[in-house]
Amino acid sequence: MDELKQVFLQESNEQLDALEALLLELEARPDDETTLNGIFRAAHTIKGAAGMVECAAVESFAHVVENVLDRLRNHEIAVSTELAALMLACTDQLRVLVADEAGVADLAAEEIQTRTAGLLARLREFGPGGQVAASPKPAEPGVQRIPAGHAGHTCWHISVRFGPEVLRQGMDPENFLRFLETVGNIRHIETLADGMPAAAEMDPELCYLGFEIALESAADKQAIEDVFAFVRDECRLAILPPDSKVGDYLELIDSLPEDSLRLGEILVRVGALTADELAEGLRAQAAPASPDSAPEGTPIGEILVARQVVQPELVAAAVAKQTQVSEKKAHDAKLIRVPADKLDHLINLVGELVIAGAATSLLAHTRRDGELIESSSLLTRLVEEIRDASLQLRTVQIGETFNRFQRLVRDACKDLGKDVELVISGGETELDKSIVEKIGDPLMHLVRNSLDHGIEAPAVREAAGKSRRGSLSLNAYHDAGSIVIEVADDGAGLNRERILAKAVERGLVDPDAHLSDREVYDLIFAPGLSTAEQVTNLSGRGVGMDVVRRNLQALRGTINVDSHPGQGTRLTLRLPLTLAIIDGFLVVSANRSYVIPLDAVVECIERPVAEHDRNYFNLRGQVLPAVCLRESFKLPGERPARESVVVVQYAGQRAGIVVDRLAGELQAVIKPLGAIFRHLQGIGGSTILGSGEVALILDISALIKISGQAEQRLLARPEQRSA
Amino acid sequence: MSVIRRAFTEDFTIYRVAEIKPELLEAIAAGERIELDLAQVERMDSAGCQLLMLAKREASAAGKTLAIVAHSPAVQSLIEFYNLAAWFGDPLVVAAQ
Repeated sequence: MDELKQVFLQESNEQLDALEALLLELEARPDDETTLNGIFRAAHTIKGAAGMVECAAVESFAHVVENVLDRLRNHEIAVSTELAALMLACTDQLRVLVADEAGVADLAAEEIQTRTAGLLARLREFGPGGQVAASPKPAEPGVQRIPAGHAGHTCWHISVRFGPEVLRQGMDPENFLRFLETVGNIRHIETLADGMPAAAEMDPELCYLGFEIALESAADKQAIEDVFAFVRDECRLAILPPDSKVGDYLELIDSLPEDSLRLGEILVRVGALTADELAEGLRAQAAPASPDSAPEGTPIGEILVARQVVQPELVAAAVAKQTQVSEKKAHDAKLIRVPADKLDHLINLVGELVIAGAATSLLAHTRRDGELIESSSLLTRLVEEIRDASLQLRTVQIGETFNRFQRLVRDACKDLGKDVELVISGGETELDKSIVEKIGDPLMHLVRNSLDHGIEAPAVREAAGKSRRGSLSLNAYHDAGSIVIEVADDGAGLNRERILAKAVERGLVDPDAHLSDREVYDLIFAPGLSTAEQVTNLSGRGVGMDVVRRNLQALRGTINVDSHPGQGTRLTLRLPLTLAIIDGFLVVSANRSYVIPLDAVVECIERPVAEHDRNYFNLRGQVLPAVCLRESFKLPGERPARESVVVVQYAGQRAGIVVDRLAGELQAVIKPLGAIFRHLQGIGGSTILGSGEVALILDISALIKISGQAEQRLLARPEQRSA
Repeated sequence: MSVIRRAFTEDFTIYRVAEIKPELLEAIAAGERIELDLAQVERMDSAGCQLLMLAKREASAAGKTLAIVAHSPAVQSLIEFYNLAAWFGDPLVVAAQ
């Protein structure tokens, strides 16, 4: 795929995204002119871009879509649900066609064609835009003309007068002439607006423009004509091949509406004729013709004066210089597209730099060299800044991901006969691009689930005393070094009894088990559990939630359910900001190093010997669970007399982690653990310390959960506690 | 001699030309020398260019001078493409970014 095409694909996809968003907006506010114009522009841009890369399939289809949009814009047809749905379908089809052009379409070629034909038939219902304009033949290897070598006559001469309606139809002469540049090299253009009436009559939306063009091209006449295929019926087009007879030019002059003498001058300027040839030709023509139709006298002197007036060379030179300047400026303001793998490589290098920096700093401390310590601490600070800056390069706003769901919600509502409003907030929250890419699918599952199972049908909602219109909200914010994404609906909430019954039926829980609400709700993440009575094409097949959780766990994220019957369900996703490097707090137990993510650390306190055997501790009157690393990981050796507790917080829960010794802060480059350690609970990864030693990174959420589970089990069984 | 200076910020495109036309004609009627500042015009299409041509022509016909004193990149690029720089006769000044 050549570079031009790649740019085309990327830009069309951006335009299609914009088109889709605008169409959805239009549905909500059908009278908004700005939106309509935006839609039209997007479709137009796609068509134009497709024409540039000779992607005929996209171009001709977009043309028909554009025609319908044009009627819409001119209020010849009204915005209807049906039309909006059709336009969205067309957007999808354009996406497929663009993908097909790139060779990445999911569908077979016949399937694509059938769909195109089907959509075209439906589009035809919406007005005269139905007929497909003949698409230009892509790069047909035509018969090449052998250059005649006659100086001044090696160019094709194209004479075109655009019809008055072309602008209204969204076809800008500029695009055709720019497209002409793909066929050959435009040597000279003369723009004519002689047909333009006086100011009072002139309608600015009509086109009065005509052009005389000298085109240096090896293409055949058909190829040049094809450039104007879309306006072929709307314009007067004459194409004279190189080396045409002077008589042919004179015939052309005669056939055009403008004044013959003026046209003659223009042809001279374009370089099609020499001044002598013109004068001679006109004189020869004037003799036999009737006196009133021929120009009077046609003195050569006048023509020469006309030529002098213009001085095109001087202007051209000045303009060329200005163009260079302005192009350079425009270049500076541009964004740079960088391949993601280059960024990944940079992040990896920064990771290594962090490790190497830590080694230097350690060395400085062991040598007790004051100057070295000072310089290494400066180095550490700079490395930290580089780390943050390079991670920043990869962050993107989550808003774009959220906005994709507008369409999903709309379509699902139509399918399900529900009325749901999608409320998006916190779209400007930034997170790592690699996470954004992976979070899309899980989010989609959750949104679909909420639409399908959560929010009730309008009639049911009304009966329950709620507004007919349901609400689904997506929210994102930063919290303690992680990003939190919430998917909340105001639907029926989870049905505790049904989930439990289903889980018992599937043998996931013991029928006699006493489960807390939280534990029951957690069951929805179990594989194969769906409480939907009816399997729809949206959800209910019982796959999904377990996959969602697995995907999130792969990102070191967690998911929590909070549900109130009749009021709705809130799913809270927590994800780390980045997958690569974290600030850590180093602790030591039994001479082994562990890293706690610094964002999770609240404070550190000392633990008296008297409390060693308890699994809880007292923090200024607050009772918190204590997790002893020695016990959790079954570490060998005697417990030291003095232990420390690191108080950590995660997702609103606090706990204490009991360790032997605190060893200070560090930057940890996360190295994922191998597959054999996948089932290890409480360990999130590993890192390499400055000394070369390996330290394990604690998974705080898992540790809190382990301690919490024990607590909850006790709470759920009061009889055991009293026993 | 009265000089009218008029800055346009809206797009010179088919979508806006109907609104711009009376404004341009008004400006031409009001002054002897009309200076158009188009530095903030983000887009211009053929319809916009055609309208400028009309304005230039009307001004000349009335014995007045119409000059485009500042071009945005879009305006400049189209005028150059259509080879109208000489016809308009204005020095093409690159607008400060």
